[in-house]
Amino acid sequence: MVDRLLGRMHTEPNQPESPTAVAWAHVQQARNLKRPHTLELLKVMADEFVELHGDRLFGDDSAIVAGLAKISGRRIAIVGFQKGQDTEENIRRNFGLPHPEGYRKAMRIMEMAERFGMPVLTFVDVQGAFPGAAAEERGIAEAIASSVGLMTRLRTPIVVVITGEGGSGGALALAVGDCVLALENSIYSVISPEGCATILWRSAEQSQQAAVAMKVTAAEQRELGIVDEVIPEPGGGAHTDPAETARRIRDAVNARLEVLTKMSMDELLEARFKRYRSYGPYTVAEKAAPPAERQGLADRLRGFFPGRSSVPQLLGSRRNGQPGRGEE
Amino acid sequence: MPVRLPFRPRRDAYPPDLWKKCPGCAEMLFNKQLDKSLGVCPHCGHHFRISAKTRIEQLMDPGSFVERDADLQPVDALGFVDSKPYADRLVAAQLSTGLRDAAVWGLGEIEGRPVSICAMDFWFMGGSMGSVVGEKVARAGEAALENRIPLIIVSASGGARMQEGTYSLMQLVKTMSVVERVKAARIPYISILSDPTTGGTFASFAAVGDVNIAEPNALIRFAGDRVSSGTIGEELPAGYARAEFWVSHGFVDRIVPRAKLREEVSTLLSFLVSQAAAAPESGPQTGFSPRSFFSALTGALTGEGSGSVTGAAGPSTDGNGTGEARGEAPGSATRGEAPRG
Repeated sequence: MVDRLLGRMHTEPNQPESPTAVAWAHVQQARNLKRPHTLELLKVMADEFVELHGDRLFGDDSAIVAGLAKISGRRIAIVGFQKGQDTEENIRRNFGLPHPEGYRKAMRIMEMAERFGMPVLTFVDVQGAFPGAAAEERGIAEAIASSVGLMTRLRTPIVVVITGEGGSGGALALAVGDCVLALENSIYSVISPEGCATILWRSAEQSQQAAVAMKVTAAEQRELGIVDEVIPEPGGGAHTDPAETARRIRDAVNARLEVLTKMSMDELLEARFKRYRSYGPYTVAEKAAPPAERQGLADRLRGFFPGRSSVPQLLGSRRNGQPGRGEE
Repeated sequence: MPVRLPFRPRRDAYPPDLWKKCPGCAEMLFNKQLDKSLGVCPHCGHHFRISAKTRIEQLMDPGSFVERDADLQPVDALGFVDSKPYADRLVAAQLSTGLRDAAVWGLGEIEGRPVSICAMDFWFMGGSMGSVVGEKVARAGEAALENRIPLIIVSASGGARMQEGTYSLMQLVKTMSVVERVKAARIPYISILSDPTTGGTFASFAAVGDVNIAEPNALIRFAGDRVSSGTIGEELPAGYARAEFWVSHGFVDRIVPRAKLREEVSTLLSFLVSQAAAAPESGPQTGFSPRSFFSALTGALTGEGSGSVTGAAGPSTDGNGTGEARGEAPGSATRGEAPRG
């Protein structure tokens, strides 16, 4: 409790070196407009890249790019988010907020990768799926669920690189894999800090605190075990030297694929299943939770005499199924 | 440490007062009358939100349901503090609902047919999905796989639980990976979406049932109003994306009023189960058979009991975590009960 109080005092905003300020600087860095996205990274990483368009169902989403690449001589299917680097491109890319057709295009390419024996590499940098009516009515939720489901069973290695923002289900839909790498200044969270603050603090102004509370930074996610490896960024961040960033990503990805492609497919899928099946800590409490339903007189009396189970037996109990409080 | 008094505890589902005002028709309803009508307003048909236990009671054959893993306990892994510490929120929710977390799962029967069921409880922190809820959904799915019985999940949830950070996000993958296995094994999965089913819950297992059933007027959405208006400044009309909307857009199969739900699920299972039971033990390996009609028929004729009795009294699966966790249950959250003896 004392720690918690102290912790809260330390997270007061507007102190230059406070954890809040540090975390927020990190969030800003992850959102830097000039950060390289999928296409910029591929320009350096890939010997060749052919972009493929459309989900064959509805349309083509410009916020997600997909295609086939050769990286260090290896054929790899690529799926990644694409934000714009200036306003004009951002308008064309819908500010990097994907619609369902983007995820369905990604699924199409991933299934193709499975059929042709190519590993999948995904680049994750998205604030979240487009939260408007157009996405909703075309089934953004179903698209995310299906994409997650597909990636849990895809019979080919998947490497995920979080390059900027990993925001909620919209990011997760392309972020399920055999290993998850993250650039040093990237963030990963269950909801954007702003969204979290609006819901829990009822004000977007607390988003800095939300960023601290959710432990969004790549290093913290590494500690939680969500991210396997943090790729250091050159100099003042990825945007200062995109080419070097891309080379570092390429080397890290190659090292991972070297290992993954040697595993048998069943082994790989079992390891992937175990990885995701084991996420999330919980314990087993010693007793069942206190009953909330209306208690009879016997139960109330039993509350007074916790040790004596004979009292309720004499009086009978209105509860069924739940063991009494004095029993084990 | 709260002191337990021998008085009736507060019930969130039905507040201690006797009356409740129907938000649909503004009629005053007796709580007891409402209980009898399954939490549906007899005047306008408004479906009130009901607790997980009530839901299961309504769906299952009386006395057939055996709860599993009621003692799974959430952990505050992030040390999360917003306006209140997460640990305190948990204790408050546990005291008001009598649950350890926002889901109840177990094995039971619907009209004599064994099923594995998991129901979410909106009254526990908005039914939000943290690690325990994800675990329970996954275990329900695994029990369905193991016993080759249908899986039923009733969603009532605001989405992933922010207080557990990315661990909550990973529950989408955890649950989906089990659901994918259930589907591959050709075991029927019925998803029931009640009011509300939003966010990460809708964007994972709730959206992908073999059959998706929604309750009338249930709010079903991926992004909430506040997220929509906050991110893209798009104001959506009031009452946007209710159950009826999803039927017309093709993501929900049927809208079923609560009074008919049990019957409807049972009917659907009568179509889906005989096929699942007819499949050999090695389910996923067998190729698709175009003569499935005949195999279903033989299943119905010969295998009447084959897939049916594995249910209620099977060996408990909750043994695996019990021992190790006993000692390390986090103090703050579990000690909310009266000292005894």
